[in-house]
Amino acid sequence: MDRSNFATRSIQISFLAVLAGAWWLATETGSISRLFLPQPRAVYAAAERLVQTAAFWSAVSVTLMTIAKAFLIAMIAGIIVGYLVTRTRLATQVIEPIISGLFTIPITLFFPMFILFFGIGTGSKVAYGATYAFFPIALNTIAAFSNMDERYLRAARSMGAGRWQTFRHILLPGALPVLMTGMRIGFFICFASVLGGETISSVAGVGRNIAHAAELMESARMYAWIVFVICTSVTLNLIVYAFENRIRNR
Amino acid sequence: MMSSSRSSLAFWLRLVLVAFIFAALEIYGRFYADPAFMSPPSGIFRAFVERILPEPKIIEALFLCVLQIAAAYGLSILFGTLTGLLVGATSFSRSAFFPIVLLLFAIPQVSLLPLVILFFGLGPAAKIAFGFSHGVFPIIMNVVAGMRDVKELHLRAARSMGASRSETIRHVILPHAVPSLFTGLRLGMTMTLLGVILAELYVSTGGVGYYTRLFAENYNPAPLFALIGCLAVIAILFNELVRLAEKRLTPGLRRSAALTNLVKE
Repeated sequence: MDRSNFATRSIQISFLAVLAGAWWLATETGSISRLFLPQPRAVYAAAERLVQTAAFWSAVSVTLMTIAKAFLIAMIAGIIVGYLVTRTRLATQVIEPIISGLFTIPITLFFPMFILFFGIGTGSKVAYGATYAFFPIALNTIAAFSNMDERYLRAARSMGAGRWQTFRHILLPGALPVLMTGMRIGFFICFASVLGGETISSVAGVGRNIAHAAELMESARMYAWIVFVICTSVTLNLIVYAFENRIRNR
Repeated sequence: MMSSSRSSLAFWLRLVLVAFIFAALEIYGRFYADPAFMSPPSGIFRAFVERILPEPKIIEALFLCVLQIAAAYGLSILFGTLTGLLVGATSFSRSAFFPIVLLLFAIPQVSLLPLVILFFGLGPAAKIAFGFSHGVFPIIMNVVAGMRDVKELHLRAARSMGASRSETIRHVILPHAVPSLFTGLRLGMTMTLLGVILAELYVSTGGVGYYTRLFAENYNPAPLFALIGCLAVIAILFNELVRLAEKRLTPGLRRSAALTNLVKE
């Protein structure tokens, strides 16, 4: 077990090392244009310059605020709609397929509509991110509350639990793991769609800055931004993963 | 019996609900909304007939979009299934390579969109590449998951009946992975559509993205909604295609269908 663990780790590490080595080699030998792939140290220098500018932090805060607003709206709307839909079985059967059917269409299609309605400021990104994240949250809320074991509810009722007590002690704890999954998926969809919205059409934010650097062919700066986004996303993934595990194991 | 009449009731109610939403949109769009932002469904349909259909350039752009989706999806299936089979083949390869797949999957790909355009240019190649990079991951992950979740009992049964390693893979592991593969194919289709459309919208100098930007910036909602409607129909058709294939090709479903036929006879 230990030996195969060592072997898998070394494969993973050597994969990353080969990737980094290939990057370094390709740029040092000049076999790929530096416009497409700048040298690692150029990217590092660009990143160092970037974090010292005020524009960097203002772009980051714009994007973070947009994500926070969009996610909050999606979470509230998704959980309320999801919960209300599951109150009767017929409503679940009627409405759930509509929501899940719509979700198989990329909501990105409707992005130009958001631009039309809300302009190219942050408002359209909030609306777009909220709409996109609404679907997984609502669908998981529906799944969480509609798969409740009828026996628990009956037991609670027969022991004289009130409406609120049933919700607090039966429905909510039973639904929580699936609710959390929905919120995790919703959050990362929100994150990606806000970035995507900013990339496609915007005046500020991280996505806009990546697109802008690409338009100006300032590839070192663009790579610095991309590395920043990837690191942020991986960190967030790890945090959310740990958080979710904690709630599960409690 | 009870449940089938209930689900057909749900179906009709759903239809009524959707019709009601369309009627509400029609009334709102016709009498209350600002025509610079909103158009009633009838106006959208008229715009489709009068402004989309007679415009060969838009039709061409839509057709190109379909081809790009098909190409990106084909590549995703090919590479996704192959990679998934290789990664999922043994428990060693899974524990060695699957974290790498997960790591790559955790990268928010939209942040790479300008880079992809820089590499592949403004033409179809960039859109196919971006659709492929979105579509391939769900397929890999579901193939791996399908091969992992084979029940120990089935493996042991195969072994005790003297199946060789290749026979076990051929008759136990692969058939077991098929339903999961189709889950991956369905998700992969959704993601491929997302990737292609993201790239289409980002490149606003040509193709569908050019027209959506044109209509949106000129406050011309009817043709914009009509164009979006066309793309939505394309997306729905692609999704349905995958669903149909799933229905026909999943062994479990087919077997259960055969079983119900038997019971009926």
